[in-house]
Amino acid sequence: MINSNEIIDDIANKEYEFGFSTDIEMDIAPPGLNEDIIRFISAKKNEPEWLLEWRLKGFAAFKKMEFPKWQHFEMPTLDLQALSYYAAPRKKKQLNSLDEVDPELLATFEKLGIPLNEQKALTGVAVDAVFDSVSVATTFKGKLKEMGVIFCSFGEAVQEHPDLVKKYLGSVVPHTDNIFAALNAAVFSDGSFVYIPKGVRCPMELSTYFRINAQNTGQFERTLIIADDNSYVSYLEGCTAPMRDENQLHAAVVELVALEQSEIKYSTVQNWYPGDKDGKGGIYNFVTKRGICKGTGSKISWTQVETGSAITWKYPSVILQGDYSEGEFYSVAVVRNKQIADTGTKIHHIGKGTKSRIISKGISAGHGDNSYRGLVAVGPRAENARNFTQCDSLLIGNQCGSHTFPYIESRNKTAMIEHEATTSKIGEDQIFYLNQRGIDSEKAVALIVNGYVKEVLNQLPMEFAVEAQKLLSITLEGSVG
Amino acid sequence: MLTIKNLHAEVEGKKILKGINLEINKGETHAIMGPNGSGKSSLASVLAGRDNYTVTEGEVWFNGKNLLELSPEDRAREGVFLAFQYPVEIPGVSNLNFLKTALNEIRTYKGLPPLEAKEFLKLTKEKQQLVDFHSNLMNRSLNEGFSGGEKKRNEIFQLAMLDPQLAILDETDSGLDIDALRIVSNGVNKLRDAEKSFVVITHYQRLLEYIIPDFVHVLYNGRIIKTGTKELALELEERGYDWLKEELHLKESV
Ligand SMILES: Nc1ncnc2c1ncn2[C@@H]1O[C@H](COP(=O)(O)OP(=O)(O)O)[C@@H](O)[C@H]1O
Ligand SMILES: [Mg+2]
Repeated sequence: MINSNEIIDDIANKEYEFGFSTDIEMDIAPPGLNEDIIRFISAKKNEPEWLLEWRLKGFAAFKKMEFPKWQHFEMPTLDLQALSYYAAPRKKKQLNSLDEVDPELLATFEKLGIPLNEQKALTGVAVDAVFDSVSVATTFKGKLKEMGVIFCSFGEAVQEHPDLVKKYLGSVVPHTDNIFAALNAAVFSDGSFVYIPKGVRCPMELSTYFRINAQNTGQFERTLIIADDNSYVSYLEGCTAPMRDENQLHAAVVELVALEQSEIKYSTVQNWYPGDKDGKGGIYNFVTKRGICKGTGSKISWTQVETGSAITWKYPSVILQGDYSEGEFYSVAVVRNKQIADTGTKIHHIGKGTKSRIISKGISAGHGDNSYRGLVAVGPRAENARNFTQCDSLLIGNQCGSHTFPYIESRNKTAMIEHEATTSKIGEDQIFYLNQRGIDSEKAVALIVNGYVKEVLNQLPMEFAVEAQKLLSITLEGSVG
Repeated sequence: MLTIKNLHAEVEGKKILKGINLEINKGETHAIMGPNGSGKSSLASVLAGRDNYTVTEGEVWFNGKNLLELSPEDRAREGVFLAFQYPVEIPGVSNLNFLKTALNEIRTYKGLPPLEAKEFLKLTKEKQQLVDFHSNLMNRSLNEGFSGGEKKRNEIFQLAMLDPQLAILDETDSGLDIDALRIVSNGVNKLRDAEKSFVVITHYQRLLEYIIPDFVHVLYNGRIIKTGTKELALELEERGYDWLKEELHLKESV
């Protein structure tokens, strides 16, 4: 007979589904972080001089900075000199179409459920696939181009749309922002670039799929999304990595710029390799994501479902500069085994009548440790700013941790800031009740968890909400039995 | 259908059940009465497979199967239903979604296909009426914020939906006013048939005026100390339990 005490305590080590690696010829730079490697990357990518200058400024800033100490976990030792800063699948010549992508790579993405073949792809979703440091393929480019939408790899944007890149690069997350952002500025490899022209509602979901494959490399992408006046775009990123015993660093930067009356919806389903049950291996997901609502009445919405990574450390934030602009943050963060998450958001209310909404759902199982950290700052000009924060924690078992660090700084008396928080536990009596109605413990947990995260998953595009729900079930499988 | 032989069980090292013997045949309704703390809910928990109870001795057979070897969910799927004395609240899980999941899990176990949405809704409507269960409770979270009476009705509503072979009702009458008691009892009576058996746990004979049992057992200090018919319940109502306790002490001291 199963013992539900054991069920709740015993954290089975469900194998990570995406843990395979791809055997492919790669160009990999020797390990080491120095000016030479930055020049090497820049040259490899055939970058203009101004971009190299910017990288070098990032590196100079990086050298002056130290790792932060305020986070709610012990900072792992990172030997940044031991990493290789450039890894790319070797290709013979410039690719002209998807047919020329290495079949091994196509097969890899196929296996991950991301077919890059346009016939097989999800209708209504355009995908940019990034393998280690470089973008390997972007689907539905032609169709998007007809509407003036630019969706391409960052590297390509530097070549084809240098003015846009130069204007907005580092305008939201400057190269001096924090040590990981500075490092990213210095060595960023590739990523996605999106520009939605004035008045265009992007006709399909844009999606980037990141895959780390190579060993001993870091992954440093940069994503830049610009929504021009009266435009709309929904963007989604997904990610996985092979199982490796060493930790791997992922220090990406995402910048969003929303102009007059435009809207950007940015969704993340993060499933990097979390490490094994003893906490060996796994990705350090140290990412800086920030958006600015520059225009009046503009809106930025972050939705994240974080299930992977050994450590997830990020605060997708919104600067509400335009009057009556709106920011949203919807988050589900799951930790189990020895995973750590220290995540949340920062919302800066600057313009008048700005509104924000924060819904955070933390789920902790096993020995996982989950912290919500959030800042709501209201500036003196932000008349009638409104914030609502709901911050819930769900505990599974007795050994996990959950913490909430809400910070509020208000410099305007007319601001209204509401904060609600709850902590609940999936109790043995709840599981038993469901068992007694014929539902086994795994399904019981899935039922409770799905109910709990519904409000956040509802924010995801349909296809991905279903995926995310499956992912949550798989992630929590074994956490009670 | 159910045979309990010399069942001993303990919880946290404390002996609670001390040799229960009980035989329940198809179509029978048995009442179990007894003072607070005598072990009635414990017996129900052991039958349903709650894991903080350890069975130290004895056997339980259900339709030829060794019940104690089955997981709680398999016991439920085999047809054992427990209407809880204190139903738990499960926020975020809608009553409807929960019931659909439960019903389909049981159907899958029996090799039946899941019920079509339309059929499911039809069944739900029909069974709701049986216990006068408000349909606006269907879309609410399971038992969350329900009144005591609504929770108890929900238990019987689920019983009607899941259609078990053996239903154990643990103090379903507590928390119900007289009207609700009548409605719920009528509902239960409509579910009674030659194939189904009921164990009705109560310590008031009031309920047994509506759900008339074939047998009444008195559970005291972990043992069944007297078995009779519905008249026994009346006698208990009049005389309380003390005379039984005295009889027992006399017997034991001989
Ligand atoms: N989890 C538990 N831990 C310790 N003692 C318990 C537990 N559950 C029940 N008991 C004890 O078992 C005895 C029987 O309780 P119960 O079966 O609830 O009685 P009844 O339903 O007849 O009122 C009581 O003495 C009660 O205190
Ligand atoms: Mg009781």
